[in-house]
Amino acid sequence: MASKRKYRGIDQLSTRDKVVVSLMVIVPTLIVLWLVWLPAIGSVLLSFTNWDGIGPLSGIKSVGLQNYRDIATIYPPFWPAIQHNLIWLAVMFLVATPLGMLFAVLVDRGVAGTRFYQTSIYLPVVLSLALIGFIWQLIYSRDQGLINAITGGTTDWYGDPNVNLWAALVAASWRHAGYIMLLYLAGLKGVDPSLREAAKIDGASESQTFFKVVFPVMRPINIIVLVVTFIESLRAFDLVWVINKGRNGLELISTLVTQNVVGEASRIGFGSALATIMLLISSVLVFIYLRIAMKED
Amino acid sequence: MTRPSSEAEYLARMVPPSVRGVDRRTLLRGALGVGTLLGAGGLAACSSGSTGSTGVPTGAVTGTVTVGSNQSDAVPKAAVQSYMDAFAKANPGTTVKINTVDHNSFQENINNYLQGSPDDVFTWFAGYRMQFFAEKGLVGDVSDVWKNITGMSDALKKASTAADGKQYFVPITNYPWAVFYRKSVFQEKGYEVPKTLDDLNALGAQMKKDGLSPIAFGDKDGWPAMGTFDQINLRVNGYDFHVSLMAGKEAWTDPKVKKVFDTWAGILPLHQADSLGRTWQEAAQSLQQKKSGMYVLGSFLAQQFTKGAEQDDLDFFTFPEIDSTIGTDAIEAPIDGYMMSAKPKNEGGAKKLLQYISQPEAQLLALKADPSVIATNQTADTSGYTALQKKSLEYVKSAKSIAQFMDRDTRPDFASTVMIPAIQSFIKNPKDIDGLLTSIEAQKKSIFGS
Amino acid sequence: MSLAADPVEERSQALLKPHEGGPQSGRRWLLPVMLTLISLIWLFPLLLALVNSFRDYAFTAKNGYVSWGGFTFDNYTNAWQQADFGLHFANSAIITIPAVILTLFLSCCVAFVVARFSFKFNLALLGFFLAANLLPPQALLIPVYRMFRAIEVPLWISDSGTLLNSFVGLILVNMAFQIGFCAFVLSNYMKALPKELYESAVIDGASVTRQFFQITLPLCRPALAALAVLQTTWIYNEFFWATVLLQQGDKFPVTSSLNNLRGQFFTDNNLVAAGSMIVAIPTLVIFFVLQRHFVAGLTLGATKG
Repeated sequence: MASKRKYRGIDQLSTRDKVVVSLMVIVPTLIVLWLVWLPAIGSVLLSFTNWDGIGPLSGIKSVGLQNYRDIATIYPPFWPAIQHNLIWLAVMFLVATPLGMLFAVLVDRGVAGTRFYQTSIYLPVVLSLALIGFIWQLIYSRDQGLINAITGGTTDWYGDPNVNLWAALVAASWRHAGYIMLLYLAGLKGVDPSLREAAKIDGASESQTFFKVVFPVMRPINIIVLVVTFIESLRAFDLVWVINKGRNGLELISTLVTQNVVGEASRIGFGSALATIMLLISSVLVFIYLRIAMKED
Repeated sequence: MTRPSSEAEYLARMVPPSVRGVDRRTLLRGALGVGTLLGAGGLAACSSGSTGSTGVPTGAVTGTVTVGSNQSDAVPKAAVQSYMDAFAKANPGTTVKINTVDHNSFQENINNYLQGSPDDVFTWFAGYRMQFFAEKGLVGDVSDVWKNITGMSDALKKASTAADGKQYFVPITNYPWAVFYRKSVFQEKGYEVPKTLDDLNALGAQMKKDGLSPIAFGDKDGWPAMGTFDQINLRVNGYDFHVSLMAGKEAWTDPKVKKVFDTWAGILPLHQADSLGRTWQEAAQSLQQKKSGMYVLGSFLAQQFTKGAEQDDLDFFTFPEIDSTIGTDAIEAPIDGYMMSAKPKNEGGAKKLLQYISQPEAQLLALKADPSVIATNQTADTSGYTALQKKSLEYVKSAKSIAQFMDRDTRPDFASTVMIPAIQSFIKNPKDIDGLLTSIEAQKKSIFGS
Repeated sequence: MSLAADPVEERSQALLKPHEGGPQSGRRWLLPVMLTLISLIWLFPLLLALVNSFRDYAFTAKNGYVSWGGFTFDNYTNAWQQADFGLHFANSAIITIPAVILTLFLSCCVAFVVARFSFKFNLALLGFFLAANLLPPQALLIPVYRMFRAIEVPLWISDSGTLLNSFVGLILVNMAFQIGFCAFVLSNYMKALPKELYESAVIDGASVTRQFFQITLPLCRPALAALAVLQTTWIYNEFFWATVLLQQGDKFPVTSSLNNLRGQFFTDNNLVAAGSMIVAIPTLVIFFVLQRHFVAGLTLGATKG
């Protein structure tokens, strides 16, 4: 599979190198194939059954497409969940991610106290879910929350389905920005400082330097941030789960999967069908990404 | 480990729970005679226990018994430890190994736990939730333990029995659901305990006038409002219909069900507003802070109150009568207890332990952890009970029929994936009851039909 | 023309500082003020929780959280005593440390091949890893559980005799779910490295192994540090797979012990907050230890431009 001397000289490989390269690829591939893709195929197959996860595999009966029909027709949370996932994606993409990138750029400029700034912004990423749930309960609780206490309002931040998604999105952005900042910061640190100096000598302003010089060089990192935002938005789960298990205005596809698959309520078939739908949506995105990446090469 | 599960078992679970109501009284009567002979003293019996594959050993047992416990917070955990220690002490040569898993994880993983390498004995609940595992062959038959059990009511035995007429569960404690209030508030304002729905409405109106939210309400987590539904359904349609509805045998579009929601819609204005963002603890705090007058909840509500005077101020009454032909003799009192896994490594020890758990000694040790529950064994000494516990005991004793709780009486997948969102959407929009019931019925058919 | 005159806390930082100042140095106060403001906004919710973790539940139940008083240190001592943190911290270490190290190493391998060579299958490979990351783990629960239950391993690997109930199984699952993400991130960082770097190495006859360890890995230090921090945080806080695949309370990682502070119905939230603060400490330590690497950045190499 190694293409000897097909390209430039640097792709030349000795026999030993070939073994090494093969191993470098095969070991991780096998792990992912075994523990992610194989179960994923299993999940897709299960989505055509009404299995409840108990008993031998031979007891499984196929129900054809019934799960998919049910999801689309008589399962009320499904369409709201799709809608919420899209809103989530939009907010992360338009607000949280740019915010994180901005923070990274600001922090990167190396003013005194940069460690403090980095730490404060990154802290939300570190915290366990239990704590994050408590923190936002303190702020959003209708009766005892900080916001209502200060404003004197009675907005039901978590209970009103017109409001709670946005409340959750604030909390999610709070965490997401720190995460993006960290990734982006690591990328910015990899940018050759001489580039900036050259730009400065040419008389470019700081924002010009960033947008004309740094940003294009950061292209691979920008792609990372973009893809990460997609992944995180599609898989968004834990925050709404800790708020109210993804109900009443906070339905997301991942929470529906969990509600059906995990716990006593094991509608494995039904839950797997939801997961398969999620997989399909994700695959489209991966495909688009690959198409773009392919065009470049 | 392979599971001895057959096609037949797989099909067996399709049978709704209420079909299985075989009369077990005769069985029980026979058992009582033997039971009294063995009784509590049975533990001290000196003959060495022969541990057959079936039957409870009469003498002391040996070896290790493993116990899966969901009592993970400090006080209940210590209580479990204390009665397990007491058991080990009464059976020299026996050790009890407790595998404590936090309540939430335990519950969420129960299916996988039972199909993996479960402990010999584990904590669980009575009701459909128990019967489901029995039908699946994931738990062991403990009928012979029941032959030795004394002091448990028929209702408890029935609640421990699955479709095949065998027992799979040993109760330890239970707790009632009712309407809670603070005595001091009722005294101060001269309120009277409401006997009928009209009384409740009148009281509610008065409370509103007095600046109170009549009924505290919090349903952020989805399950507390199920309790309100159960209470109203038990009053409007009675126990039998309730159980049959939970079993999926009645249509949710039935006018009887509509009447439940209509009644609820009628008293919804008495409930604290914006309930879907409020946890039960926050709702309980409004009762605690005397901002609300009443609260429909389980007696675990007491845990929110400070021990001593504040807890003593708490009292409850049964949900008011709605239909005089139905009355108020059906209540809800979920039972907690233990089950045995399908293939325990130490069956003799497991059964002996289960028998011990049915006895007052173990149950009273369990109560030390949580004074909001009561012992299920009627012979348990109640002298140490708080006023609330004494009242709970009377309340449960005097009830003619006892439901568990919606999420214990029906299929768990139906309860959590259909009923929670459905009730929440009713609370949001109490007007569209017909549309809601149609939606529930469609989903019910899909789930129960599968 | 470095105008940076501030007493710098990071010496190495001084090297990279020159882009501060210049023509617009009149607004130099703006940046620190902005950053301080942002930091405070970000810290505020956390501080709120911190304060309340020092308050007595009975007090906050009576008076609400927007009140003052009821301060106590008991939540911390109680949390420490009740949650059995010692044992669970050890479990977390057994799970997290190997999982993070192996994940990063294997991801580097994949990323290196993808970024360094122009094999035809590279993109497909990357897609294979990346898409794996898009699946909701809950959806894979039952198949993975069934496989693990069926796979028998020697007792020295797992005292349960199967991958179910073993740390090895959990580590493998964590790796499988993180490799995709890390490989993707690292390959993009590696692509940003100039290919010319390898040219001289190839001419010198350096083997692939040497190129990997001596050129690529050192240059990826900031990315590796960032990923190490993220992976530690995630795997350490991971809870879902742990409870499903371990099944025994005394094998659970520390995050689960927080749930031991909750009752069946009633939860002392202040106590849980205190416990959560304790649990957050190790991830914070890792962050502080590795932070140096983002702050310092890279002074070597990188000649693209």
